[in-house]
Amino acid sequence: MTMEIASARTAVAKPPAPGLISRRVLGNVALGLVLLAVPFWLPLVGGYTDLASRVLIYALAAMGLNLLLGFTGGLSFGHAAYFGLGAYGVGLMLKYETHSILLALLVGTLVGGIAATLLGPIAVRRRGIYFAMITIAIGQMFYFLAVRWNSLTGGEDGLTGFSRHPIKLPGLTVPMGSVGFFYLVLVCFGACALLLWTVLNSPLGHTFVGIRENYKRLIFLGVRTKRYLAISFAISGFVVALAGGLNALLDNFTSPNTLNYTLSGDFLIIAVLGGMRNFWGPLAGAVIFILVRDYVSSITDNWMTVIGLIFVLSVLFFPLGILGFFNRKSAS
Amino acid sequence: MGLILLFNAFNGLIQGAFYALMALGLALILGLNNTINFAQGAFMALAAYFAFTLVPYTGFWGALIAAPLLAGVIGFAVETVLVRRLYSRKDPIYTLLLTFGLALIIQDMIRTIWGAQGKPLAIPGFLNHPLSNTYFFLTGYRLFVVAVALIGTGALFAVLRFTRIGIRIRAGNADLETISALGVNIYLLRTANFIIGIVFAGVAGILAAGQLGLNPTMGDALIMPAFVAIVVGGVGSLVGSLLGGLIIGLASGITTAFFPAASEVVIYVIMGIMLVVRPRGLLGQEGLFE
Repeated sequence: MTMEIASARTAVAKPPAPGLISRRVLGNVALGLVLLAVPFWLPLVGGYTDLASRVLIYALAAMGLNLLLGFTGGLSFGHAAYFGLGAYGVGLMLKYETHSILLALLVGTLVGGIAATLLGPIAVRRRGIYFAMITIAIGQMFYFLAVRWNSLTGGEDGLTGFSRHPIKLPGLTVPMGSVGFFYLVLVCFGACALLLWTVLNSPLGHTFVGIRENYKRLIFLGVRTKRYLAISFAISGFVVALAGGLNALLDNFTSPNTLNYTLSGDFLIIAVLGGMRNFWGPLAGAVIFILVRDYVSSITDNWMTVIGLIFVLSVLFFPLGILGFFNRKSAS
Repeated sequence: MGLILLFNAFNGLIQGAFYALMALGLALILGLNNTINFAQGAFMALAAYFAFTLVPYTGFWGALIAAPLLAGVIGFAVETVLVRRLYSRKDPIYTLLLTFGLALIIQDMIRTIWGAQGKPLAIPGFLNHPLSNTYFFLTGYRLFVVAVALIGTGALFAVLRFTRIGIRIRAGNADLETISALGVNIYLLRTANFIIGIVFAGVAGILAAGQLGLNPTMGDALIMPAFVAIVVGGVGSLVGSLLGGLIIGLASGITTAFFPAASEVVIYVIMGIMLVVRPRGLLGQEGLFE
């Protein structure tokens, strides 16, 4: 076991950066500062805080998906299912059980994540196009469940009747207005980014990358590739479910559309557009995708065509994504 | 009870014939073009709307033939301008996302041209007439759907079996590189194959519209059962897709008799069971597209 992981590590590990503080660390610190200051500078350039929350939520979902997609090589077209399960989990908890949004988020994340953990092993039985079709179909199963199970989910009209309550910590009450909620999203985003970063730089993450790069070879080396694919599937499911829960909190509403494969398509294009081989690619993709959608839908009824064009053009001209495109430019 | 069950099973089979027709078009394109055509549902809707516009001029029968061909022309343009560029990319994600984006664009175009409201598609009066009221409620239209599905499937298999292009398509499915080396223009072949797949989608779309009416998103609800049919039947086998369509139609019909709310979910359950018991599907080839 240790041997093949060691070889996988040498295949992907980069040489240590020179100097005490590398450019990468500086970049991440700068990114963190920019994000922390969003509520202060965004209104100045004509944005609003909820829009930033939406960007971060979609970025979080796409980053979770990207662990499976970009780093393990599993093309899931059904991750909206776990997003939607997280959303319904949070909505139902807040509506019937509790006023603590942290508890609701925990439950929503667990519901979506456990579903992914249970269904991943079925999906990873096949790879490639087949894997994509299976994940879509599993996702649509939840979609139809939500549409049909009227008494619980509210059917096609969606689930309403819950709202964000202030977070009560011992000796501290955090209000959940737009700004307060943005920081909650940011904390979740940061924690998950740290988690994904840690995973990717661990032997586990190197095994994932090995599976992406050469599936057969890893089988020959004795790695249980399907098991690792399922692990990657599960981790990404938990992250996506948390994003879904946050999305329900942002809207105080959730509908079967949060389970539908069209949303999975949105997450995929966010990852591809930003650069699915780059850690921060999905964040870049989410910024572009959400801002364009927000702007275009305010000026024309044909915004779906514009979104469709984003799909077509980014597939044709930016197969490596925006970040991949610039990285290659700067490398050459 | 037994009679109701029989009736629902029969209805399910009719639905299954329809799914099979959809799945065949998808499976054709998947086989030779290595593309999951997400826009298949949008092409269905497009053909149905073409038919809607053509019916006043050509009548239903003329539209049934002309509209899928028109959709085929659009399919030709899409394949030569866009899809073709991606054949060399190994990762299936690109064609998936491309056709997904195309589906959005086509849907939006339909909405802009014909409006978002649902419309009825006029079908000949005698098809609307109930054939039997005693035990089954059965309109001629449902039988007509089965007849078209049978004719379409029969024609496809005849083409694949007996014509030169059909033999090349089958050979291409087996080994594209070799037939290319033998002098077959595989780009032309793939284009032709794509068009045939779209024409199939078009016919299915018109049939669906005759029953359910037209709306821009009509394809969305129909493409998923076709995916499931392919997974159940096995990727790489057209007969498998056919069987898969019939099986899920039947299952969905029988479930309607007992537990109507689950009639959509049951096909995914069947797919799940199939994946656990026999991952490659009924007649699928091991390791294809993996």
